[in-house]
Amino acid sequence: MDYSILIGGAAGQGIETVVELLEKIIKRAGFNIFTYKDYMSMVRGGHNFMQIRFSENEIFTYCNEIDFIFAMTDETIARHRHRVKSGGIIICDENFEDKDVVKLPFVKLAKELGNNKVLGTIGVGFITKYFGIEYDIAINTIETVFKDRNVELNLAAFKAGYEIGESRFKLESLEDHKILINGNQALALGAIAAGVKFYCGYPMTPSTSVMSYISKHANEMNIVVDQVEDEVAALNMALGASFAGVRAMTGSSGGGFALMVEALSLAGIMEMPIVLFNAQRPGPATGLSTRSEQADLRFVIHAGHGEFPKMVIALRNPEDAFYQTTRAFNLADKYQIPVILLTDEYLADYEMTVNPFDFSKISIDRYISDENEIEDGRYKRYKYTDSGISPRLVPGIGKEKLVLVDSHEHNEYGNIDESIETRVNMMKKRMKKLESLKDEIEEPEYIGCENPEYLLVGFGSTYGAIKESVSRLNSQDDKFGALIFGDVYPFPMGKLNSYAKKAKKIIVIEQNYLSQLKSLIDEYTDIKVDKSILKYDGRAINSDDIIQELNKFLSNYTI
Amino acid sequence: MFGGENMNCEYELYKPSWCPGCGNYMIRDALKKALEDLEISPSKVVLVSGIGQAAKMPHYIGLNGFNGLHGRALPPAIGIKMSNKDLTVIVESGDGDTYGEGGNHFIHTIRRNVDIAHFVHNNQIYGLTKGQGSPTTALGQKTTLQFDGVKLNSLNPLALSLTMGAGFVARGFSGDVEHLSNLMKEAILYRGYAHVDILQPCVVWNKVNTFKWYKDRVYTLDEDYDYTDFENAYKKSLEFGDRIPIGILYKVEKETYDQKFPFVENGKPLAKAELNPIKAQKLLEEFY
Repeated sequence: MDYSILIGGAAGQGIETVVELLEKIIKRAGFNIFTYKDYMSMVRGGHNFMQIRFSENEIFTYCNEIDFIFAMTDETIARHRHRVKSGGIIICDENFEDKDVVKLPFVKLAKELGNNKVLGTIGVGFITKYFGIEYDIAINTIETVFKDRNVELNLAAFKAGYEIGESRFKLESLEDHKILINGNQALALGAIAAGVKFYCGYPMTPSTSVMSYISKHANEMNIVVDQVEDEVAALNMALGASFAGVRAMTGSSGGGFALMVEALSLAGIMEMPIVLFNAQRPGPATGLSTRSEQADLRFVIHAGHGEFPKMVIALRNPEDAFYQTTRAFNLADKYQIPVILLTDEYLADYEMTVNPFDFSKISIDRYISDENEIEDGRYKRYKYTDSGISPRLVPGIGKEKLVLVDSHEHNEYGNIDESIETRVNMMKKRMKKLESLKDEIEEPEYIGCENPEYLLVGFGSTYGAIKESVSRLNSQDDKFGALIFGDVYPFPMGKLNSYAKKAKKIIVIEQNYLSQLKSLIDEYTDIKVDKSILKYDGRAINSDDIIQELNKFLSNYTI
Repeated sequence: MFGGENMNCEYELYKPSWCPGCGNYMIRDALKKALEDLEISPSKVVLVSGIGQAAKMPHYIGLNGFNGLHGRALPPAIGIKMSNKDLTVIVESGDGDTYGEGGNHFIHTIRRNVDIAHFVHNNQIYGLTKGQGSPTTALGQKTTLQFDGVKLNSLNPLALSLTMGAGFVARGFSGDVEHLSNLMKEAILYRGYAHVDILQPCVVWNKVNTFKWYKDRVYTLDEDYDYTDFENAYKKSLEFGDRIPIGILYKVEKETYDQKFPFVENGKPLAKAELNPIKAQKLLEEFY
C-alpha cells in the first residue's frame, strides 16, 4: 500500500492543523509518513497545499499522483484534479459547484457544532473512515493533540465526519516506534544535543523554524536565543560567544547568509569555531520566499573574501540533519574553522517518519586547552604548529593568560603584523588545516547495484527522490546506482572516481540552473558527466520527475 | 606577571601606531588607571573593538582582546558577555566605527541593555582612512573628501542614546585623564549598557576640532547636577557649541539583558556549563 492525501486551501483556513492531526493519527497507526508542504508567501488567501503520503514500506519523497483530495477551496480542485488516480476521490463542501466530486455537508455540520473552525477535523473523521484506520487510535490522538483546547468539540467534529463516511479500505495497524520530524527541527535538535549555548538570528523563511524551535526549549536547556537587528550582527555576535567559549550558532536563508559573509571571513582569520547554516530558497534577491532550490552551493563554498579553510556539509534528510549538525560542532572546534550546513526549504519543511535519534552516539569534543598546558610565557593564540591548529584558550577561564584574536593579519600572539614573513607563514598555517580536513571528509552515500551502468549523482535534499528513483528503476532493471553527497567542501572524490569508472553514463541531478555540482566534478576530477537533470522552478524534484527525465535521456541514448 | 593577587598590570606590549599627540594615548592612560584602581585582573577583562585608529587599542594594552570588523564591535561584545557574565566587557571604537558603519548595532545594543561599557573615541573625523567626514563631523566642514563641506547633518550621539533609553550616558574629554578615568570607572561599575562618548583631537586630519577647540569649550558638570533627571540630561545632550558639558549626563538603574535570562542571572557562566547530549534526549518525546 502507498497512498497520498492532498489537503488544499487558502492561507488562514487551518490546513496546517488538519495535517498535524491527520499525520499523528496515521503515524500512530504504525505507518511511514512523508508530508510535503507547498505554501505561498502570504498570511491570508492564496493557494497552499500539503500532501501526506503514507505506506507500510519506507518512503523518502512525495508522489505526483494522489488518491484523495480534501479541498477547502475551488482552486484546490482546479489545480490538482488531473493528479487524482483512477479510483481516487475529491471531497469538498456541498456548496461547491464543481462536478465529479464527493460533496459533503462540512459547513452545515460545523455550524451545528457551533464552530466553523472544526471543519478540518470533520474532514479528518471522514478520511479516517475512508482508509479504515483504527478508530480508537484516532480518538486517542485527538485527545492528546487537543488536550488543552476544545477537545470535546473536536471529538464531536471527528465523529460527525466519521459517521458520514464509508470505508473503502481497511488498514491493519502496525507497531509505531518512529518519530515524525522535519529537517529544521532535526537540525535544531542536533545543535541542542551538541551543547549549543548561544543562538542568534534574524527571521527569514525557511530558516526561522530552527530559531523558534531552539527558543521554545531555551530556558529548560539554558540557551541564550537572541533575535538580532540584522544578519550582520548575527554572525559577529555568535563569534563573540564562541570566543568566550560556548558553542554558538546562527543561520539564515540566502539573502541573510549573504549579509553574514563578511563575518564568515572574520571567523576564517580569527580561527574561530562556528557552525552556521543556509536554508536555501530560490534567488536571486528575494526570489521565491517559501520555495526550494539548491543554487547556493557555489555561493557557500566560496563565501567570504580572502582565502581560508572552511567546511560545507549538505544535509540530506532529517536524520542526516541531526547527526551532521552534531558532527559539525566537533569539526568546527577541532579545526577552529567555520562549518556551514547547507539545507533548503524542501528539507526544512517536509516531515517524515524516521528512527528515533540515538543520543548516546553523540560525542562532544571541545579541543579547548587548559592554561597550565601552555608553555609560552605570553600565550600565542596563533602559535605555529605542524597541524596548523594552535592550542586554544578561552578568556577568563584561566587565571593569567590573555587571549587576543584579531581580524588583521597577525603574528602568533594575535598582534597586527604586516611583515612578509608573518603573512606567508600565517597563510600557510591556516591553509594547512584545509589539507588535514580532507582526512575528515565523508564520502557520498552509495545506493544501488554494485556495478552500475548508469550512475546518478546528487547532493543534499534530493537524497530521498534519488534513493527512491534507484529502487524503482532497479526493481525493473538492476543497472542503476547513485552517489549522494553530504560533505561537498572539501570535495570527496574517492567513491565518485571508482563508481564513475564502472558506469557507462553519469547523470547529475540537482535543483539549480547552472548544474553547480557538475561544475565541482569538472573542477576536481576528470570525469565526464553525460547529462544534468535540472529543476529550478522552486518545487522539489521527486522520483516521478527523475524517472521521467531519465527515460527521455536514455531513450534518446539507445536510439 | 599578569593578574592573580598581583595587580601590577604590565600593559605596554606593543608600540602604538598612533600619531604623536593623538588623544588615544590619553584615553589609554585613563583606561589603565581605571582598571588598576578597580583592581580588576586583566585576565577577567575583554576589550572588544572594530576597525579604526581607536580600535587598535587591544594591541596596545594587556587585556584579553577581540579586534573584529569595522562597525561590528558591539555584537561580539554582547555574545561574550552573555556567554561569560564573569568577564568585564569593554568596547572601544571610534565615531565612524560606532555611529556610521555600526549605527544599527548601536541602536539595538541600547535596547538590549547588556552589561558592557562602551567608550567611543570621538574625534569627529575619519583618521585611519585619512580625513573623510564622520557622522559627527560638523555640517559644512571641509574634509579630504567633502571638498565643498559636509552636506549631512551631524549625529548627536548622547541625545540618541538617551532617547533610545540608555541608562548610563556620559561624555569625557581625552585632555582630562583624571576626570575621564573616573567616568570609565563609573561606566564599568554600572550594571547595564554604559555609553561614554569621549572627545579627542585628531592632530592630523581635523583642523577644526583641535585640542584647544575642545579645551576652550568643555566644562565639568556641577556636583549638584542631578543625573537622574531625564529632561535635564536631554537638554545637556543638546549643548554642543560654545560650551560642552563633560561628566555623567544621565544615570539610572535599569533591568539588564542578562537579568532577563533566569539561567544566566542565577547560574554559572554558560562558558563553564557541562555539556551532555543525553540531557537533550527528552526533547524527542514531542515527535512521537
